[in-house]
Order: sequence, then C-alpha cells, then structure tokens
Amino acid sequence: MTTVMFLLGALFVALVVGLALAAGGTLGVIIGLVGIGFAVYQWANSDKVAMRAMRAREVTPEQAPELHGMIDRLCALADMPKPRVGVADTPVPNAFATGRSPERSVVCVTTGILGMLTAEEMEGVLAHELSHVAHRDVLVMTVASSAGIAAGMLGQGARFGAFGFFGGGRRDNNSGGLPIWVVVLLFSLLVYAVSFVLLRLLSRYRELAADRAGAYLTMRPDALASALKKITGGINQIPQRDLRQVSAASALCIAPAIGGVSIKTLTATHPSLEQRLDQLARIQAELSRPSG
Amino acid sequence: MGLWDTITGRSRPKRANLDALFLVPSAAITLQTAAGLNPTGDGSVCFRAAAGAGFHQTQEDIVSLLEGTEDALGVQITTDSYGFTWLQVHRAADDTGGLCTDLHAVNTTLEGEGFGPGLLCSLIPFADPSGRRVGLVYLYKKGTFYPFAPTGPQERDNLLELQVRDTLRDELPIEPELSGWMALWGAPGL
Repeated sequence: MTTVMFLLGALFVALVVGLALAAGGTLGVIIGLVGIGFAVYQWANSDKVAMRAMRAREVTPEQAPELHGMIDRLCALADMPKPRVGVADTPVPNAFATGRSPERSVVCVTTGILGMLTAEEMEGVLAHELSHVAHRDVLVMTVASSAGIAAGMLGQGARFGAFGFFGGGRRDNNSGGLPIWVVVLLFSLLVYAVSFVLLRLLSRYRELAADRAGAYLTMRPDALASALKKITGGINQIPQRDLRQVSAASALCIAPAIGGVSIKTLTATHPSLEQRLDQLARIQAELSRPSG
Repeated sequence: MGLWDTITGRSRPKRANLDALFLVPSAAITLQTAAGLNPTGDGSVCFRAAAGAGFHQTQEDIVSLLEGTEDALGVQITTDSYGFTWLQVHRAADDTGGLCTDLHAVNTTLEGEGFGPGLLCSLIPFADPSGRRVGLVYLYKKGTFYPFAPTGPQERDNLLELQVRDTLRDELPIEPELSGWMALWGAPGL
C-alpha cells in the first residue's frame, strides 16, 4: 500500500512539473498550491460538511444513552478521545466517521441502521468507524486526493478555454502541433483518471484496515460480519436511484476483465463483502484458537 | 499512533497498565478516615470476552485459581447489557490488600494469555453508613482512576464524586478529563 501512496505523491509532482513545462513559469506551482489549499479546506471542515450533507444532528448522552455508552466503552478500550455523536434521520442503513483529527471528529449513524442492527452488531460498526478516526483516514484520503482535485479543477478550466493565454507569445498555435490548452486538458484528464483508480484502491485498503482494527477492538469479528451482511443486503433492498437510470452504467460492470478484475472491482470505494468476510473469518479463527 | 502506523493504517491494540491497582489499599484507608467511606469487600474486573475456546479456558483457569485462594469468599461472573463480562471477587471488608492481589491475578492471567487489550476497567465499591455508595474505577488503558457514584437508574451524585476526587488527589492518578468519567450503570456491587 506504500506503493500506492508513493504513486499518488509522484502523480502530484508530475502534474505540477508537467504544467510548469507546458505552460511555463510559476503557473503550475500556483495550480498545485490551490489544489492543496482546497484539499486542506475540505479536510479542516470535514465534520461540519459531512454532518450537513447527511442532515445529521448531534445527540447528547441523555438523548441517546445506549449509543453514547457503547462509544464510551470502546473509546476507553482503545484509549482514544471520545468523538461527538450524530444521528441522521434517514431509512438507509449507514454510518460514517469524519473530522480533521481524533480530537475533533464525529461519528454518525442513521436511524435506519439503529433500527436494523442488534446491540452487538451496532458495536461492531461503531468500532469500525472509530478505527477510521484512529487511523486518521480523512487526513490520509485528503492528502492522497490533492492531485486528483488539482487535475479536476484544471480539466474544468481547460475545457472552457480558460488557458487560452498560456502559450501567448512563446508558441505559435497555428503552425501544426496541438494548442497548449488541449495538451493541458489531456494531461489533466490522464492525471485525474490515474489518481481516481489509485484512490479507490487506497480506500478499499483503508476499509479493510478499519475492519481488522474494529474486530480486534471488540473481539467479536462475527458481530461485524453479520452487521455487514445486513447492511449490504439492506442497501440493495432500498434502491437509491431509479433502476432505469442505472442500467446503462451497470452494463459496464458485468464484463469482467482478465484475471477476474472488473471495472467494478477497480473503482469500488469499498472492498467486496466476500473479501471483508474472509478477513473477519481469519481474525475469528485466530482469536478462538485454544491457548497452549 | 506513529506516522508510519497512520500511513499503513495499522493501529496496535493498547496494552493495559496493571500495577497502579496496588495504590488502592492506602487510598481506601484515606477514604475511610477522611470521608467515612468503607470498602465493601467486593471488587470486580470488567473485560471483553473473546469468542472461542481459548478465552473460555482462560476464564475457567482464573475462577479455579481464585476459588482456591484461602481468604476469597467467592467469585461471580456476570455479563452486562453492553456485552462486557464482570468478574466479581468477594473478600472480607477489611482485606483490601488481598482484594487487590486477586484483581491483579485476574489481570495478569488475561494479559499473559494475550487478552490484555480486552481489559476495560476495574471497580472497587465503597459505602458510607448512610447508604451512599461510590465505586472507585480504574481505567486500564489510561492508567487513571475516577469515582462513580450512581444514585438512580440514570443519575449520579456528582458532588460526592468530586469530593472523593479531592480526597484522593494526592494518592492516586485521577482521570483529569471529566468526560472520561464513564458511567457504569448497573455495575455489580454498586
């Protein structure tokens, strides 16, 4: 996984250097700085933004004693500061954790997941989310995505011809060769595509890492496994989009590429259920091995 | 967690800090003389039981070890609504030293078998003649103590807790963050 992180970093440098070469001067560096700045802004406000996007409200220990009790205990077990707790009023079973640091983070669950899971399963899910907080996944993913953000902004700009002034006096756009803004556009698209695939790979790895840490924290891999089964089943039961609309895109996913890797497995943000259950089964076996 | 652990997403389970329990006997005497709170002779260890044969065997070993001790008056195992196991040890009320040795034996056995990360807290209840009860809770992962005085199903006597904190401030490492004073409703012995 270090390789992926390295590639993402290299991609960012390549973007900045490539732009500096193509456009000349300090523009590439400026774009790079803007990309980082935007990523930092996203990271610093991640808790508020995510809570607002999910229409979640913060709950006090009096309003949700069970939920707070579970999180209290898990935090005492893991020796981490207690995050704020939020509940989002939607029937879709889901949970997320976000925030710029373990001291300023929020764990949020939906009313759908609260109604669907037993206490043990809920604890497994919370342990998974707390592991995301402990692993600082918001920070890691934000840093990793800064190249993609910068490339995306460039691509948008180039498409609308904002960089027509690039070559200005230095190059003659009419004497054969591609105009400079096309080069920038193609280059940003390439960077964006590569960064997209790498990011998804990284995200799947972090999910598995959070599963593992959560399972060791609660010592109940089976509870997390049955929660995952229920949640994925539940998300399928409640379609979030019109099925007629999805059909065009899902046609892409049926075709498996060589070696069982399909476009779906390459671009999914979460590992497949099978993969996650496999890992949990291994942890279960390790925990229940009789002692010498 | 270090930088490398953050980058690779591998957190290590936190190890429990076991030795501070031996500060309790002298703190118990202070509580007795300064606040009129006497130890009840009970004590319990709260931990997360792992699924499977290995843990079950370890737990049985602990129970037989404690029941074999001369002064121990009995051992009880209960499970609370959060899925944590409470192992309760009974001793004579004035034998706080022996009680702490018992609790320490539970901890070291669990730790020795690799279940140390599952230790949550230890609880030693105290009571005064008027019937008020307060538990001295030891958080293994932080290595700090805090008082917990429930008065009803979801109410706690904060003044008594703060009084106990001030009494024991010089003897025990007290948890500085009040938000870390976890409520343990329905804990055995309180």
